[in-house]
Amino acid sequence: MYHFSKKFLATAMFGALLACSAQAATINIHNGGDPQSLDPQKLSGDWENRIAGDIFEGLVTEDAKVNPIPGQAESWTISDDGLVYTFKLRDGIKWSDGKPVTAGDFVFAFQRLMDPKAAADYAYLQYTIKNAEKINKGEIADASQLGVKAIDDKTLEITLENPTPYFINALMHYTAYPLPKHVVEAKGADWVKIGTIVTNGPYKPVEWVPGSHVTTTKNDQYYGAADIKIDGAKFFVLEDQEAALKRYRAGEFDILTDFPTDQYEWMKKNLPGQAHVAPFSGLYYYVINSQKGPTADKRVRQALSMAINREVIGPQILGTGELPAYSWVPPGTANYGEPAYVSWKDEPYKQKVEEAKKLLTEAGFGPDKPLSLELKYNTNDNHKRIAVAIAAMWKPLGVNVQLVNAETKVHYDQLQRGDVQVGRAGWLADYNDPDNFLNLLMTGVPNNYGRWTNAEYDKLIRDGNANKDLKKRAELFKQAEQIALDDSAALPIYYYVSKNVVSPKISGFEDNVQDTHRTRWLSIKE
Amino acid sequence: MLSYAFRRLLSTIPVLWIAVTACFFVLRLAPGGPFDGERSLPPAILQNLAAHYNLDKPLIQQYFYYVGDLLRGDLGPSFSSEDFNVAQQIMIGLPYTFTLGMTAFALAIIIGVAVGCLGALYQNKMPDYVLGAMILVGVVFPNFLIAPILQLVFGIQLAWLPVGGWGDGSLKFLVLPVVVMALPHAGRISRITRGSMIEVMNQNFIRTAKAKGIGPRLTVMRHALKPAMMPVVSYLGPAASYLLTGSLVVESIFGLPGIGRYFINAALNRDYGMVLGTVIFYMVLIVFLNLIVDIAYAWLDPKVRNR
Repeated sequence: MYHFSKKFLATAMFGALLACSAQAATINIHNGGDPQSLDPQKLSGDWENRIAGDIFEGLVTEDAKVNPIPGQAESWTISDDGLVYTFKLRDGIKWSDGKPVTAGDFVFAFQRLMDPKAAADYAYLQYTIKNAEKINKGEIADASQLGVKAIDDKTLEITLENPTPYFINALMHYTAYPLPKHVVEAKGADWVKIGTIVTNGPYKPVEWVPGSHVTTTKNDQYYGAADIKIDGAKFFVLEDQEAALKRYRAGEFDILTDFPTDQYEWMKKNLPGQAHVAPFSGLYYYVINSQKGPTADKRVRQALSMAINREVIGPQILGTGELPAYSWVPPGTANYGEPAYVSWKDEPYKQKVEEAKKLLTEAGFGPDKPLSLELKYNTNDNHKRIAVAIAAMWKPLGVNVQLVNAETKVHYDQLQRGDVQVGRAGWLADYNDPDNFLNLLMTGVPNNYGRWTNAEYDKLIRDGNANKDLKKRAELFKQAEQIALDDSAALPIYYYVSKNVVSPKISGFEDNVQDTHRTRWLSIKE
Repeated sequence: MLSYAFRRLLSTIPVLWIAVTACFFVLRLAPGGPFDGERSLPPAILQNLAAHYNLDKPLIQQYFYYVGDLLRGDLGPSFSSEDFNVAQQIMIGLPYTFTLGMTAFALAIIIGVAVGCLGALYQNKMPDYVLGAMILVGVVFPNFLIAPILQLVFGIQLAWLPVGGWGDGSLKFLVLPVVVMALPHAGRISRITRGSMIEVMNQNFIRTAKAKGIGPRLTVMRHALKPAMMPVVSYLGPAASYLLTGSLVVESIFGLPGIGRYFINAALNRDYGMVLGTVIFYMVLIVFLNLIVDIAYAWLDPKVRNR
């Protein structure tokens, strides 16, 4: 009997252990790089957003398809003039140390974001808030002038400079997350260390081995904790995508957040249904100098744009089915509807080339006076393949292209200094709104590398943003977009796609244009 | 011996200073700055960042700040990590890099010396050819080719070993990266050992030993091995410094934490403090390892010791 019970006990314990390990459902995510920080105000990359959005939550958060849903705020009202947003915080929201999340934590976070001394890279994303830009530029020293006020512990009032229809979307961004005032004030810069940091999101960070992984575990204080199915996540650092795919095949990773494009065909055959390729709100484009050199001539710019055979780039050069871009704002962008397109979008390619030749001849280029151009790109296999292909497409026009590649920092340094004729660039939306793309072509904006300038365009965008009526705003924006496209302000090439590989064990993974997939919406079968 | 070591260490200080100074200024000549990237930041934000890291001060003043901090043992902040400064990042990565490096180093010596000795003893016979050919594979194939092949074979096809990661640091996670790191060095060590051993085996004192009737194993172990190791030891200094500073390729293919990635990534990211920090670390390590090699020389060769 004694032996029996001992054996029984051992079996029971073993069974309990097994049950425990089965219950602790964790997910291994290949995340790319190391985060710059766990402080949400110090981030700038999508790999950082994946972690930050799991451990913090703003007033507004995203559902599995990245629609805005109430987060720490349970509801809000917007004043008639569209300037004042009043948020009512949820009851019983807590930091992971059990202290309540208050409106004061949001005020503290926004004031810190705008503090010039805190030097937050992305502070400008919230410049729509009243006085934010002036405080961040040091023009107003008194941080309490910021348009973010705590009416009481449960009520937060945010005042904007102008009515901003995308403000609710911008609040999903990590620059709008609250900070635990009590911890930041007590610990200073060390508040963010593992063991000290407290968060208010569905998860909390418990381990960080730089160069290897960040581990999170479920935050029991989170208001929605009961509905969360995955108990923790590991975000792995691994620069080599081929190696990441091998680790996925060996079962070491459950989700890859990118994959080598040349493996796509293989994956479709061998890992059916696991490679997710979906439209992504981002644009791959070529900057074209509209201030100096031959490309200052609109006809030259248009000829170059027309002669790019965009239809072959997605399917044949990249192989992941990127869609050809004939607009500046990717289709599917919120608050917009169908974007404006270049007028020659649907012409057959042959005809485009003929017209392009004509335009170049009109501009004074021809067999006896060929156009010579420098095409710059940052060193990368795909950028190179595309540049080589486009140079070949321009060849029949009599354009001699010299390809110049440089590492990323050098490349963008050249673009910023305007030292470019034609150069590669890309843009991924920070929030789902056309303004995020159209802003890139405004006069004097740092990212307007081609220095294109058009007073009417600028006015339309400003008027659009000042207009409360979303429909009217979209119309004004579309007029502006058409002006930019007609003038070939830049050469859109393709719309990005998001590329994920998701194990069949995972459910709840919804493809979306922001490529944001919060762990709280996923579940995993062991 | 002690004063010799001390003098050697002292003489590295000016070298270190020159390297740090040169590195500091050359780095600033490179186009592009730490905050350039896919999206350019508004001027006001750039100014805030520059002020935060003292980059808005004149270069010469920044230099004196840096050297001042350095003398106090502070390697400064890293632009690519807000949460860990340069010294912290190096200290966190070091145990991983050293574990990998030392294991690879030991493996390279064991395989290299064994294969080299066998090659020498069976000179121009079958074992010499077979082992020589095998080791050549390790030398000529670069690690970025060997590593994925090993991952595919042992990680996926046979599923004997993890494809990557540090896991809990147990042996199975170390096998593939260590083998990849050790192979080229094992190859070179074996060829140096073989050459040197052949030379030693033809020396008079070995002939004397053989004439006295000592068996071949004892001859090698007691008489030939020590003098034959001299050229190997001089190779081990650079090999150790190479292995102990980590490998970008191995770390990024196997997804391992370590300091190998820092040097290259920091240079690409214009992470000035990190580049300088790794340069200083590498230099100190190389000086220290060369010193050990010199001491080992003295132990192996009485001629050096008595000089």
